[in-house]
Amino acid sequence: MKEFSSLLHNLILTPSRNTKIKLLQDYFKTLDINRAYALAILSDQLSFKFIKASKLRELVYEQVDQHLFDFSYDYVGDLAETISLIWPKKAASKAQNLSSLIDNIKKIKKSEINKEFGKILNQLSHNERWTLIKICTGGLRIGVSERLVKTSLADLYKKSVNEIEEIWHGLEFPYENLFRWLRNETKKPKIDFKKLFHPMMLANPIDEEKDFNRLKASEFQAEYKWDGIRVQLMVSSKKVALYSRTGDNISSAFPEIIETTKGDAVIDGELLVGKKFKPYGFNDLQQRLNRKKASKELQKKFPVFIRAYDILFYKGKDLRKLFLFERRKFLEKFQKENKSNQIDLSSIITFSNWRELSKYKNNFNDDLNEGVMIKLKNSEYLPGRKKGYWYKWKKNPKLVDAILMYAQRGHGKRSSYYSDFTFGIWKGNDLVPIGKAYSGYTDKELLVLDKFIRNNTTNKFGPVREVKKEIVLEIAFDDIFSSNRHKSGVAMRFPRIHRIRWDKPINEIISLEEFKKEFKIS
Amino acid sequence: MDFINHKLFIKDINVHIDPILPKKIAIITHGHADHARFGHDHVIATRQTIDIMKIRYGNKCAKKFTSLRYGQKYSIKNYDFTLYPAGHILGSAQVLIEKDNHRLVITGDYKVGKDETCKNFKLVKCDTLITEATFGLPIFQHPDPKDEIKKLIHSIKINKNNSHIVGAYALGKAQRVMNLLRQQKYNETIYIHGSLEKLCQYYSKEKINIGKFEKVSSKDKSFYEGKIIIAPPSALKDRWSRRFPNPIICMASGWMTVKQRAKQQGIELPLIISDHSDWNELLDTINKSNAKNILVTHGQEDALVYYCKKQNLLSKPLSIQGRNDEEIE
Ligand SMILES: [Zn+2]
Repeated sequence: MKEFSSLLHNLILTPSRNTKIKLLQDYFKTLDINRAYALAILSDQLSFKFIKASKLRELVYEQVDQHLFDFSYDYVGDLAETISLIWPKKAASKAQNLSSLIDNIKKIKKSEINKEFGKILNQLSHNERWTLIKICTGGLRIGVSERLVKTSLADLYKKSVNEIEEIWHGLEFPYENLFRWLRNETKKPKIDFKKLFHPMMLANPIDEEKDFNRLKASEFQAEYKWDGIRVQLMVSSKKVALYSRTGDNISSAFPEIIETTKGDAVIDGELLVGKKFKPYGFNDLQQRLNRKKASKELQKKFPVFIRAYDILFYKGKDLRKLFLFERRKFLEKFQKENKSNQIDLSSIITFSNWRELSKYKNNFNDDLNEGVMIKLKNSEYLPGRKKGYWYKWKKNPKLVDAILMYAQRGHGKRSSYYSDFTFGIWKGNDLVPIGKAYSGYTDKELLVLDKFIRNNTTNKFGPVREVKKEIVLEIAFDDIFSSNRHKSGVAMRFPRIHRIRWDKPINEIISLEEFKKEFKIS
Repeated sequence: MDFINHKLFIKDINVHIDPILPKKIAIITHGHADHARFGHDHVIATRQTIDIMKIRYGNKCAKKFTSLRYGQKYSIKNYDFTLYPAGHILGSAQVLIEKDNHRLVITGDYKVGKDETCKNFKLVKCDTLITEATFGLPIFQHPDPKDEIKKLIHSIKINKNNSHIVGAYALGKAQRVMNLLRQQKYNETIYIHGSLEKLCQYYSKEKINIGKFEKVSSKDKSFYEGKIIIAPPSALKDRWSRRFPNPIICMASGWMTVKQRAKQQGIELPLIISDHSDWNELLDTINKSNAKNILVTHGQEDALVYYCKKQNLLSKPLSIQGRNDEEIE
C-alpha cells in the first residue's frame, strides 16, 4: 500500500508525461497481485464504491470535533485529503499490502463499516489513508489515462502498444494471463471476446389501450420487427465478431459475415437467412442456428445477412448517448462507406398516426416480419428493457382451432394444475397432435380446464392424462414451418391458448391437409 | 494585560513589538521581513537578530541597538522584558513582559520541534499568551523533518540526470534544509541562489553546520545534473531557474502538507519542513503555559480560538495589520 500510495502521490504532482511513464514503470517492474489491483484501479476497472462521502463524515466526526473538521475542510477543499490529514495519528503499525487491504475491506459488513473502516484507517499513514479513501469513494483524478498505463507497460516489457490495446478490453482482474505474457512466459492471452459485448437495448410490448392514448406518434419512428435473431456485430480493422443477444460469441457459425464485413463500428441488427436481402423464414434460420460451424454447402443453401437497426460505436466513438435519429445518420454513413452483401439497413416506416401504423403492422402479405418496433426518436441506447423508449407491436397472431388431447401438470406455482396442453387436428378419422401450449388462458379458464381434465381422464401415461375429445381450443401462434421431428410434419412458433371455443363442435375442426395448405407448408 | 493593544503596542512606555512602520522603540522577535523592518529609532533584540537585520538592511537600519541574551531582563519603567528562545530561526525569541505581577508572553513565530540551526524553544509560564497560529488547523501535523529530507536524497539518487531546485525562504529555512541534509551525511556542495549567500555565510560563522555551499554561476548546464540548488520560492518560477537541466521542483514548507496546494504551485517534490508549530504543538504550548487568556494571531485563528474556548480559556483573535497569511516566513 505504501508503494502504491506514493506512486499516486507522485503521479498527481508530476506534470511531465515522461516522468509519469517512468514512475509507472518503476512501480510495474514486478508484477504481482498488488500490481493487479493497481492496474484495475488505474484503468478504472475496479468497481468498488465501498463508502459514501456522508458515511465518511460520520466516521470522522467520531474521531474529531465537528467544527474543527469543518474549519479544516473549508481550508483544504477535498474530503479525502482532509480526512487523511486530520485523522488522529496512531502508533505505527505493520505495513499492509494493497491486495490484502482491499480483500479485508470487501469482507466488512455494512453494519460495521464505521467501526471496521475506522480500524483500517488507524493502521495507515496519512498518504495511505488518502489513497484508500480515494479508491473507496471512486474517482482518483490523478491525470493518468488508460493509454498512458498501456504505453508504460508496453515500453517496459518490450511489447507494442497496439498488441496491448487489442486485448485490453478482454482482460480481467487479476490479469494473470497479461502478466505472464509480459514476462514472456506465455503467448499473448486469448481473449474471451464475450467481455467485449455491449448489453443490448430491448423493447417492451405495447399496451394498445394505454400507450396509444399516452404516446405522441410524431415523437416515434417505426421499423419492421424481423423474425430472425438479434445480434451485435463488432467490426474493426483487427477483428470482426458476432454476438448473440446474450453476449455469446457466435462468429464461427457465420463465417460469411466475419469474412466480408469491413469498417470500424459496433452494429445492432437482426440476423436473417435469405438471398439479396430477401429473408426466408425462421425455419430456415434454424438450420444455421443449430450448428457451431457452417459448411460451404450450408452457407450456400441458407445464406445469412444482417439487417442493421442501430449503431453503438463508430470509429471508436461511443454513440450510445446520442439520440436514435442521430445514431441513424452514423449508421447510414457506415453502410455507405462499407458496402456489403451481408449488411443492409432496416427501413424506417413513415406514418402520421397509430391507426396508419397498424396497417403496416398487420401487413399479412409480408409473412417475414412479426410486427413493428416503435422507437422514441430521442432515445439514447440504453441497455436492457427500459420503460418508455422502445416498444414492440406484434402482428395479430395466426389462429387455428384444435382439439384438446392431453394435459400435464405445470411447474412451480402451477404444479397443482393441469396447465400444459397438447392439442391436435384431424388426419383422416384420427387426431394428430400439432402443438403444446402452456399459456394464454385466463385464471378462470385454467380452473375450468383443470376441472374438466380431472373429471374426463380416459387414460394415464405417467404424468400425462389423455382426455375425452370434446373441448375445442383456439390456438394463436406466431409462425409455422414444416418439421420432420414432429409426427404432424409441422412445428409452431410460440403457440398459446387464445380462448376456449365452447360453441364449436369437434367435427368442424380442419384436417392437417387443409391446415398445411392454408399456411403454405409442403 | 490591558497595557498592550491589538497592534502589540504599549502606549504607557511607547514600545512596539515587531512593528511594521518605523517606531521609537521596537522589540524585534526575529529577522523575518514581516517582523523586522528598517528605520526604527531603537531596536531591542537578540544579538543574532540584530546581526541579521544589519545583513539584510545595512548597519544603519536603526539608530540604536540593544542586544539581549536569552533570559536577560531589560526594564523600561515598571515593565520588565525578557527574551526566550522561540526555536523558529537563528536568533528568534519570545518576549516575556512582566508588569505588576502579570506575566504576558508574545511567542512570535515559534516551533517546538528540534532544530540544529537555532536554540530550541523554551516554554515560559504566563498569565496571558499571545500565540501565533500559522498552522492552526488540526490537519497540520508535521512529520519528522528527517524523513522529509530523506525523500530529497532518495530522489537525487534515482534521478541522476535531473537537478533538484528546492524552494526555501532565504533566512532560516534554507539553512535548515542544508543542515538537515548534512545530518543525513549528504556531503556534496550545495548550490545556492545569490540572495542566500550572505545569510549562509553568517550561519556558518555562527557555527551552524550547513556544510560546503557555492553560489550558482554560469556554468555549463550539465554541471548541475544530480546537484541540489536552493533558492527562494519566488525564484522557482523565474527565468533564473531555466539554466538548470531537467529540474525537479521541490519546496520545503509546512504548506506542502496539502497536496492540492503543492500541485497548484507546480511543486513536484513537496517537503513538509516547517519552522512553525503544528496543531498539536500549538495546543501543547497553550496548555502547558498555564495561561488563562489566549490571544491568537498570524494565520488560522478561528480554529484555535474555538479550541481554547472549548477549554474554558478566554480567547480571541488578534488581527495584526499588514500581514498576509501565506507570506509569513
Ligand atoms: Zn518568521
